[in-house]
Order: sequence, then C-alpha cells, then structure tokens
Amino acid sequence: MKLIEEHPILDFKHGRRVTFSFDGKQLEGYEGEPIAAALHANGVKVYRETPIRHQPRGFFCAIGKCSSCFMVVDGVPNVRTCVTPLEAGMHVETQRGKGVVPLDPEEEGR
Amino acid sequence: MKALRETEVMVIGGGPAGLSAAVEAASFGCDVTLVDSDLALGGQLIKQTHKFFGSRDERAGTRGFKISELLMDELSERRDSVTAYTNCTATGYYPEDGVLSCVKGEDEYFKVKPHKIVMATGAQERLIPFPNNHLPGVYGAGAVQTLMNVYGVKPGDRVLMVGAGNIGLIVSYQLLQAGVEVAGIVEALDKVGGYWVHAAKVRRLGVPIYLRHTVVEALGEQYVTGAVIQEIDERFQPVGEGKALDVDIICMAVGLTPTCELLWQAGCEMIFVPELCGYVAQRDKNMRTSHPDIWVAGDAAGIEEASSAMVEGRIAGVNVAKSLGHGSSAEHEKRLAEYRRRLDDLRGGEVGEKICKGIACCTVDRWEV
Repeated sequence: MKLIEEHPILDFKHGRRVTFSFDGKQLEGYEGEPIAAALHANGVKVYRETPIRHQPRGFFCAIGKCSSCFMVVDGVPNVRTCVTPLEAGMHVETQRGKGVVPLDPEEEGR
Repeated sequence: MKALRETEVMVIGGGPAGLSAAVEAASFGCDVTLVDSDLALGGQLIKQTHKFFGSRDERAGTRGFKISELLMDELSERRDSVTAYTNCTATGYYPEDGVLSCVKGEDEYFKVKPHKIVMATGAQERLIPFPNNHLPGVYGAGAVQTLMNVYGVKPGDRVLMVGAGNIGLIVSYQLLQAGVEVAGIVEALDKVGGYWVHAAKVRRLGVPIYLRHTVVEALGEQYVTGAVIQEIDERFQPVGEGKALDVDIICMAVGLTPTCELLWQAGCEMIFVPELCGYVAQRDKNMRTSHPDIWVAGDAAGIEEASSAMVEGRIAGVNVAKSLGHGSSAEHEKRLAEYRRRLDDLRGGEVGEKICKGIACCTVDRWEV
C-alpha cells in the first residue's frame, strides 16, 4: 500500500485493517477511512466511467461535492466514496454510466 | 428518521468558524446542533501541519491540526449542549417554513427546524480549464491534503503544483514532508501570491517556481502520466513551446470560492465581491445576514483564513445567543468588543488591506426592521 511510513510531524493512527473487494479483487484498507482513500492506497485511481463519453473519473474534491468518485458499493450506485467509511467485506465496483438504483423491496411491492 | 427535529441553534459546518460558533453559543446555554459533511470535525484545520501566523489570541505559532484539537477539547466541554453529526450534509433550506433537510451518510434523511442558523459552510476549490483536466490524478489541493495528512496515503510519486498562493506553497511543502517529489510550481502571475516565508521553504528544498507559466494539458489515457506547462505573457497568451513534465499528480491550487448555496436558498441578499473570491451574503458587523435568523461566518462569508474564521464564528455565536435571550447583555458586549479587537488585529497591515476592502463592500450598518 502507498502509505506514508515516516512523517516529521504527523503520527497516523489507523483503525482496524480489513478486507474488501474491488471489482472482485480482494484488497485491504482501514475500517472507517473513506473507501476512496483505501483504493488510492492500493494504487486504484479510476473509480467510474462517464455515461456518454466513457471517460475515466476518480478522486477529486474529497469533500463529497463533485460527484467524481461515485462508485457502486454493495450494489448501490452513486455512492460518494470520498466520504463513505470503509467497512469489512464491502463490495466496491467501478461504476459504468449512471447506475441503477435498487428499489426498496417495500416500495417495489406497492 | 422522518420526524422533524427541533433545535435552538443549527450550525452548518464543523470547521474553524462553525466549531467556534457552536462552542460560543453553547457557552451561553444555547442548545446547538452542528452538522458537517466530512467524516471528522475540524474542517481544513486537521490537514494543516504548519504553524499559524496571525495573532497570539488565535494561536499563532501553533500547528493547524493542534488548533483543531483545542477546539475539539472545547467542544467536548460543551457536549451537554452541542449535538454534532459528522458525514451529514445539509442539503436544502426551505424558507417558507424554515426547515433544513439533512442527509447523514448515503441514506439517512432527516429534517430540522432551527430557531437560528449559523452558516459556516466554508469554501470549495476552483478549477481551470485545460484538455484532460478530468483525468484521475488532477486533484484539488484540499483533496491531496486529505489523502496525505488525514489518511496517511501518498497521493502519487511526482506532483505538478498549479498556483503559488499560500495553499499551493503550503501543500507543496506538505508533499515534501510526506516524501513525495514536487516537480515544480507554476504560477500564471509574475509574482508569488503567498507569503514569502512559505515560498522560501520550498525553494530551499529545490522546488522550481515557474512564474508566468500555466498548465495547458494533462497527459494520459486512464489517469495522469504527465503534464504540459507553458510560458504565458501578461495577457495570458502562450509564449514559445510547451514543456512536458513527468508527473502523476496535477494538484490544483488556483483559489477557493465561498460555499453559499444554502444562503441563496434562504433568500439572503448576496453580492459578488472579487476580494472575497465570489458571491457572499451581505451582513452586518454581527455577521447577521439579511435573513433575521441566519448568520454567516468563516470562508462562507468570504475567503480569508482560519484565524479570522474562528473569530467570526465566535461573533456569530454570541449574537445568536443574544437573539435567543441567553446570557447578559454586559457579557455579550464584553465578548463582542474583545472579538472585534481581535479581528481588527488580524486584518491590520498590508496583508489585510484587500480583505478589508472586500468586507467594506458587503457590510451594512444595520438591517431595516
């Protein structure tokens, strides 16, 4: 992982190291830290592909505002991975296009 | 969580301005709810490794992230009065009924009806147009700081910094601290915009600062593998050939603009002030906007820096308490006089001239009743 090992001023306190999947591959990251930070630490830079021109998008604003880092997380598209904490066993996938929002089973029955 | 929550004071944004407003209002006995869209409170302060300037009252000589810890200590002393939510975005303000909608995480939606609001929503970064600026690897300076200084992740191996204002210079130095190479800093103007002391630090470490240069293209297919920089003249037109640099990160430090969507939604009177870097709410010297229940503080009120943001937050906090009838008027006036003195100290001298000019454009003597 591309982590800073020595820093003259900061002392990084990471949480529990957990496993998650990215497009089917098993990766490791720290629980509670943003999914996007965990991916970047693993060298993953492309998080989604735009709907029309199929251009790559990745990390950008890191404050949940710009939509660049949208991914499919546990089947839900358009998740702002820069502000969504990583959990053990999460399924993270590259988002292609706009994504399909899964309907709430209760609403689906209506 | 569909129920309408009530709170006396809602503070939107948990950076230096919002935290200061919250603890100040709470110190008078206000019931405060604070929301912040990030995973941690402290705003940009938690990413700052350098020692602050400003004045002793605002912790000059203390590193930014330490100042944030001091504010968090103050918040924890007020934990009976302040409820703080992180990863929680205020998504809309409905002026007809004074309701704010909030989303915590990706799916927990709730509404709040506050009596008074302090908008301390901070700022967002600007971007300049150039081919391929969409490629992963073109990151905002704030994002680079988040990766490396909050989460300890190296953003890349070799960085081109765009902009030699204080943020560009400070983040370049922070990159070097994190063991990342900085290939150079380009600055479109003919002089360094940031403080000389920051420029001197990066120059001493061998980072070239290219004045009258800009980035004209990001190279790469899936992500950045290089950048083309170009000399420009005083009319920003290209001079000679571009030069390709071998970098994997293009870090954009080309300025900030106040985050003011909620202020617009609330119908606050807004004005464009170039010295404050965008649209800002008109306010009186108590930081109250044209909306009688809404105050503004920090970068949302105009791009400045964290020290003055903290004082503005405190001024807003005192006035919110005053408007709710909490505390004695002697105490309000005593604190306000002190905070106004501190703001004047921070904005004194040459550096504060531009800010003072901008603030004069958007400050009203009093609101018509």
